[in-house]
Amino acid sequence: MDYETQMRSPIERQRGIIDFTLSSLMRRKVKNVGLLCLYALIVFILASAIFFTSSIKKEASLILRGTPEIIVQKMAAGRHDLFPLRDMEAVKNVRGVAAVEGRLWGYYFDDRLGANYTLIVPPAARSSAEPSEARPLFWFNAAALEPGTIVIGEGVARVGKLSKGDSIAFTAYDGSTIDLKVADTLSSKSELVSSDLILIGEEDFRKLFDIGKDYATDITVEVKNPREIPTVASKITRVLPDTRPIVRDEILRTYDSIFNWRGGMMIVILSAAILAFVIFAWDKASGLSAEERQEIGILKAVGWETSDVILMKFWEGAIVSLTAYFAGVILAYVHVFLTGSLIFEPALKGWSVLYPHFSLTPFISAEQLITLFFLTVVPYTIATIVPTWRAAIIDPDAAMRQTGE
Amino acid sequence: MRKSSFFLCSLAVEVVVLGLLLTHASFHREAMREGIEEKAAMVRSLGLTDLCLFTDARYTRNLSQADLFSAFQDNPLSLDHFPSGSFTTPPIWIMRRR
Repeated sequence: MDYETQMRSPIERQRGIIDFTLSSLMRRKVKNVGLLCLYALIVFILASAIFFTSSIKKEASLILRGTPEIIVQKMAAGRHDLFPLRDMEAVKNVRGVAAVEGRLWGYYFDDRLGANYTLIVPPAARSSAEPSEARPLFWFNAAALEPGTIVIGEGVARVGKLSKGDSIAFTAYDGSTIDLKVADTLSSKSELVSSDLILIGEEDFRKLFDIGKDYATDITVEVKNPREIPTVASKITRVLPDTRPIVRDEILRTYDSIFNWRGGMMIVILSAAILAFVIFAWDKASGLSAEERQEIGILKAVGWETSDVILMKFWEGAIVSLTAYFAGVILAYVHVFLTGSLIFEPALKGWSVLYPHFSLTPFISAEQLITLFFLTVVPYTIATIVPTWRAAIIDPDAAMRQTGE
Repeated sequence: MRKSSFFLCSLAVEVVVLGLLLTHASFHREAMREGIEEKAAMVRSLGLTDLCLFTDARYTRNLSQADLFSAFQDNPLSLDHFPSGSFTTPPIWIMRRR
């Protein structure tokens, strides 16, 4: 097949132009490889942020479906206060309420390790209903939680180097020390919800914080008809004006808005990526280099059509952006789902001593990949073509002469 | 090997790798389903309300249970100084009331 016949085939024509474009890119190897790496890095950061946030949001929405329908907090001087159990009767009498239960939970700062623990008294009635042969890791036996014993989360065990049979010394409200023995640890697979948890008996909890038997931290309300949850919540506010009901839907929406683009760190990532793209686009749209302009002039002088020159520049943009896009997305997947977001981890840890070790479930949708594609590949390719069109429509002689501009 | 062949091959490899990763994601989701259901069961049985993401401050540990004025909880100039605060937004009901 001779050259003329080959060039008549549309595919061969495109391949010929790609060959030429790659040779042209390799002539400016350092600049273009640097550009490719930087481009892939930006896609990697954006894709990592998208994968991480969407997966954690999705996982939160699935895990937190089981949160109490309504939690009622007592407010005093604008702060969350202990809930007097005598007020539970008033809540029980609200029409639509099926059951009311007090919750006992709080925080404990361990001076020795500098870690914050979340102490919670397991509701005995519910915990004993959970046992299953198939799920020994997530089941705990509330009956085994005798006075003086605790069940700890994997994070607490890891940081304190604790295992079954060890003891933790807690400083009570009056300065006395209470030793509690570790009866068991919660599964490492549940760290996303239980890393800093310490399950403690009611008697020990009240003794540790000096909370009387007439008080709970807050109360949970079960509603007969889930569609009436907002109505019941507003009725509770009317009956007990010094309380704040938090409904399940609000809890779920809190996690839907976490890692929102308006949040501090996320806006920094997004602005850095946008600024980098603006610099790329500015570099391309502000005009071609003298060398590139001369190249276009020569190509036109040897018989290239304006459309061929634009096609060449289209392929230049497409080669760089497609390669960077796929490399960035692949690396982001490996980063978020196979290395546990290694790069984000120091930022996410913040000042936490207890940080859960968890692997995210990869909830990736075509929508995310398409959004990322239109955010990165399309603008760059267009920014590459526009100045080329301006240079390609002028006379070849003028293009070759205007090398100093 | 022609340069275009090399480019098209490398692009095809990238597409295949991405396709394999998406397949991995699909299988991994199935494998993790039971774990998610068990975590949900734990949330239900203990009456938990939040994910254990940030344990450095009480208002970031239990985001949904935080005080209404968490960032300024101790005095009006007590701005949020925990790094984890930069990942979170105010509870949804505060935004709604504005």
